[in-house]
Amino acid sequence: MTWRPRLAEGTAPALVFLLLLLIGLAIVGPAYSEPAGYLALLKRAAPLMILAIGQYFVIVSGGFDLSVGALVTAGVVIAARLIGGNESATAWVILLVLGFGLLVGLINGLVTTKLLVPSFIVTLGMLLVLDGATFLWTGGAPRGALSDGFRMFGRGNADVPVLGEVPWSVLILLSILVAAVLFMRGGTGRALVAVGDNEATVRMSGGQVDRLRLLAFTLSGLLAAVAAILLGGFAGVSAQVGNGLEFRAITAVVLGGVLLGGGRGSVVAAAAGALSLEALFTLLNLLGVSGALKSAVQGVIIIVAVAYASLGGGVRQRLRLWPKPRDSVQTAQPASS
Amino acid sequence: MSTLQENTLPAKQKATRATVHRRLHPTVIVYLALVALLVVGSVLVGLRGEVLLDQNGILNILTRATALGLVAIGQTMVILTGSLDLSVAYLVGLTSLIAAETMAGQDSMVLPGVLLALAVAAGVGLVNGLIITVLKAHAFIATLGVALILRGYLENNYTGPAGDVPRGFQHLGYDRIGPVPIAALLMLAVAALCWWYLTRTRPGYHMYAVGGDIEVARLSGVRTRRTIITAHVLCSVAAGFAGIYLASRLGSGAPYVGTDAGYDLESIAAVVLGGTLLAGGRGGIAGTIGGVLILATLDTTFDALEVDPFFKDVVRGVVLVTAVALYARRMVANRAHGRLS
Amino acid sequence: MTTGTTTSVRLTGITKSFLGVPVLRGVDLELRGGEVHAVMGENGAGKSTLLKVLAGVHRPDGGTIEVDGGEVSFAGPSDAQRAGIAIIHQEFTLLPHRSVAENVYLGREPVRRMQVDRRRMVADTRELLDWLGEDGIDPTDPVSSLSVAQRQVVEIVKALSTDARVLGMDEPTAALADHEVELLYDLVRRLRERGIAILYVSHRMREVFDLSDRITVLKDGQFVTCAPTSELTSEDLVRHMVGRDLGEYYPDRGVADDLGPVRLALRGAGNARVRDLNLEVRAGEIVGLAGLQGSGRSAVARAVFGVEPFTRGSMEVDGVARRVTRPRSAVRLGVALVTEDRKGDGLALRQSVRDNTLLVRRAALRGGRARAKSDVPALLDKVAVVARGEHQEVRFLSGGNQQKVVLAKWLAVEPTVLLVDEPTRGIDVGAKRAVHELLRDLAKRGVAVLMISSELPELIGMSDRILVMHDGALAGELPAGASEGAVMALATGHGVGEVP
Repeated sequence: MTWRPRLAEGTAPALVFLLLLLIGLAIVGPAYSEPAGYLALLKRAAPLMILAIGQYFVIVSGGFDLSVGALVTAGVVIAARLIGGNESATAWVILLVLGFGLLVGLINGLVTTKLLVPSFIVTLGMLLVLDGATFLWTGGAPRGALSDGFRMFGRGNADVPVLGEVPWSVLILLSILVAAVLFMRGGTGRALVAVGDNEATVRMSGGQVDRLRLLAFTLSGLLAAVAAILLGGFAGVSAQVGNGLEFRAITAVVLGGVLLGGGRGSVVAAAAGALSLEALFTLLNLLGVSGALKSAVQGVIIIVAVAYASLGGGVRQRLRLWPKPRDSVQTAQPASS
Repeated sequence: MSTLQENTLPAKQKATRATVHRRLHPTVIVYLALVALLVVGSVLVGLRGEVLLDQNGILNILTRATALGLVAIGQTMVILTGSLDLSVAYLVGLTSLIAAETMAGQDSMVLPGVLLALAVAAGVGLVNGLIITVLKAHAFIATLGVALILRGYLENNYTGPAGDVPRGFQHLGYDRIGPVPIAALLMLAVAALCWWYLTRTRPGYHMYAVGGDIEVARLSGVRTRRTIITAHVLCSVAAGFAGIYLASRLGSGAPYVGTDAGYDLESIAAVVLGGTLLAGGRGGIAGTIGGVLILATLDTTFDALEVDPFFKDVVRGVVLVTAVALYARRMVANRAHGRLS
Repeated sequence: MTTGTTTSVRLTGITKSFLGVPVLRGVDLELRGGEVHAVMGENGAGKSTLLKVLAGVHRPDGGTIEVDGGEVSFAGPSDAQRAGIAIIHQEFTLLPHRSVAENVYLGREPVRRMQVDRRRMVADTRELLDWLGEDGIDPTDPVSSLSVAQRQVVEIVKALSTDARVLGMDEPTAALADHEVELLYDLVRRLRERGIAILYVSHRMREVFDLSDRITVLKDGQFVTCAPTSELTSEDLVRHMVGRDLGEYYPDRGVADDLGPVRLALRGAGNARVRDLNLEVRAGEIVGLAGLQGSGRSAVARAVFGVEPFTRGSMEVDGVARRVTRPRSAVRLGVALVTEDRKGDGLALRQSVRDNTLLVRRAALRGGRARAKSDVPALLDKVAVVARGEHQEVRFLSGGNQQKVVLAKWLAVEPTVLLVDEPTRGIDVGAKRAVHELLRDLAKRGVAVLMISSELPELIGMSDRILVMHDGALAGELPAGASEGAVMALATGHGVGEVP
């Protein structure tokens, strides 16, 4: 068998779409004629890409996580209040925010798997609870401030040998992406996709379906907390910081060709979907599309992209199914064995 | 499958099980929960020396239930059909604006305003339905995309309330018979009409069928595309009614009246709270109205108790998840019962 | 109900491709009122597709359909219904949450004064049920409360309620218990007497010879032959279907000396479905587990595998007493279960051949063993899967190849006890034989195989000894090569303990 690059179905168009957007950026924006521009784009996109990676785990295993936007807000608001500008509190607050994300994800997962409530409802409930509880605790408006150490991850740069100055958020994003890719190539990752495809089969194959699902939700919660730390640094403290991020993350994942309902799609494509979304915003800005119309254009593009993915499927299928003898595992006819 | 194959029950045993099945119908549970909530709420409010269900309290509950009820009625139809509509919140704002701007303070323009708002709503529903059936996009993404388009339109053209509803039309929002607002009665009438449609007419039957198993429905000759599109059109029209009602209450159109109230997710919560399966095929309007009344009663009770408004969200989230967990348990219990008997 | 007139249908030169792959390439078929016309062929021969073309579910790419001499074209299932053609599909087409009557009239609800005439729907359904002698089913019951056999009856009632004069049946007995199969035969014969044309698609040789008047054989989407049943032998049929003689059907049995230690033993084991099970399966043997549907034969496998665990007695794996309460524990003890529902819980259809092959290993094992993947080609080779590549999704494979992937996924963890439930259901003759040879080969290499099958010739041909279940308990044991009559006697509760 000859080696050739293998992409999960729906991945290729997502990458092509991203490439087109990047080329578009290079043509329209002078800042995008050199790497620095793209690095800035990547830095802006990092929180959404990280959220999309987390959301990917949940969606590919057959669920939804609507709570991530509220979780991001909660993370930022909690951090601001606890740090209160006090630099020495940075480290433990970061750990606490991460732990909080982990806990929220764990609860989402436990309620979904043990109480058999559809994850859409569980995470919708969690969204309400988080929104309410955060503001109940802070008394309506975010208080306190983040320390510089905290904000460094969202806005600062790190000195990397060879490459020079690279934003922390990009480094964090890349390490998460690499870890996610390795995870998805491994047995647990493949089993997670199989759960989204047919959980009865995984159970009857000796897999721990509930644990895999739980893992997906926990990862999503944890990554939402990471995104909160980056966004808090990048955008500052506000009660609206996470507004609508859940929908944006789901959109990004779907834009990456991942099947809603689970069982198909790649994590790289999900992250690429998030980058596409961010590149699209940038492009629209450069083109001078008014801020208000941006969401309309976004809406149209999402619908077109998803429609292309599902309607174009027939064409790709035809190409795949066309007999390719050189690829067959073996050529024996079923009858002669 | 094999568990079922092993299960050949004598007919009599099955008959008793069927009755048990009916007695525990989710709708009944929803209304029992509503009654329990009213009792508990009354006691708690009573402890403060006030009355929950006085004229004002009833008015309050029903007023809250009206707009959400209308949206949730429509949402019930799409969810039963196995779909979902995330665009209703923006649509409510859009239709309130269309109605109020068309009326522009003239009594003679009331009817055109209402009709135009409903026509635009139906058009949006049609677009939703076509994107889902013809372009084969998942309902979640399709209606989210349409929601973004509506949002872009609203943000581009409006910065705040616009249009003017004639005084005569404002009666719709405020007139009442005793403690019961006219609008709530109209909402219940819409509910009754939709209930009849779903449980008594062929297109209604087909919505259950498509939501239960679209492939089965197709093989049985049901026009699945038409059914899904119809559900989306009806859902959007119901949201349009909510927009018109809110315009009459506010005296003008407001672009974010639907999103501020979170009618998209809230209506889905009400439907699911009412015992309708999120996956479709089972449930109904009666349960949804129960779910809406529960949410409205919770709000009113908390207001009467002067609870922090943010606490309401917390309780709401917990109630939603708990309710659905209970339904899920019952379904599992039923299944286990069927397997063991 | 059914009118007295008879209808004839003629299909000429039907072609149909899916995504560029031809499934039907010029099929002719003629169907007369008052006959049972069987269609046979290997899996992938195009039988089900042909039926769906007739039912208006698929539109043919080419060819003509004539009903009573006039050419017709069906835009959808309802057009076919109007032409008097109804199909009972292989998969159940019922909505569990809806009532029997609502299911029967789905898509054709009678309307009176703008409303669905529910009273008439219920009354007509009851009438049809009575006509079939099925008064145990209440038309207002939700389908979810019915047994599989009762659901089959509802399917038939659904087809009859369309005033069908042409009835297509796709493997109608696949889910039925044996005594229900007899009832179905009766029903089919009665329908034939009333002038209804029946197109009967089945894998089961005996059924076809019992019931049909004529047989059409398809191979690779092409018409092979059509002849009166009386002029064909089963050997002829097999030859037409596979285009060659298969010779001996089953691989040679093992020799008694090869038997190794006891791998699986049950001592007085039981649960809600089965009781007082005492049995041993040794390394190197294939033990057949026979019984009527509902006798608990599948429940034994599911209990051993921990799906519905034993609650009484004990179970030993490789001589050690074990309590297995979930499949994971079973897998880790070296027990494997090939379930009867391949698509439902055997495969993840959207995943690749490779991912399915590695599924058990990854899902149930830990450490290096879970990560090993270099032997995938060898595993697929061993089961002789024919696929376009390791990365092809299994949903595009034929039933036989899918079943081979299921076997490969278990071979990947080298089980010592292999439970197989209906290992060859719905797969073609060639694949069937490959599966049989594989099972025997595994036994020879020291695996203890417990094989459940409702096909008696297969069970008798494969097993070194046969255990027969009746009503949740073991009714007796028969030696290799026992007669079908002997098995049936035990299975039906006659001659308990006698070994003829």
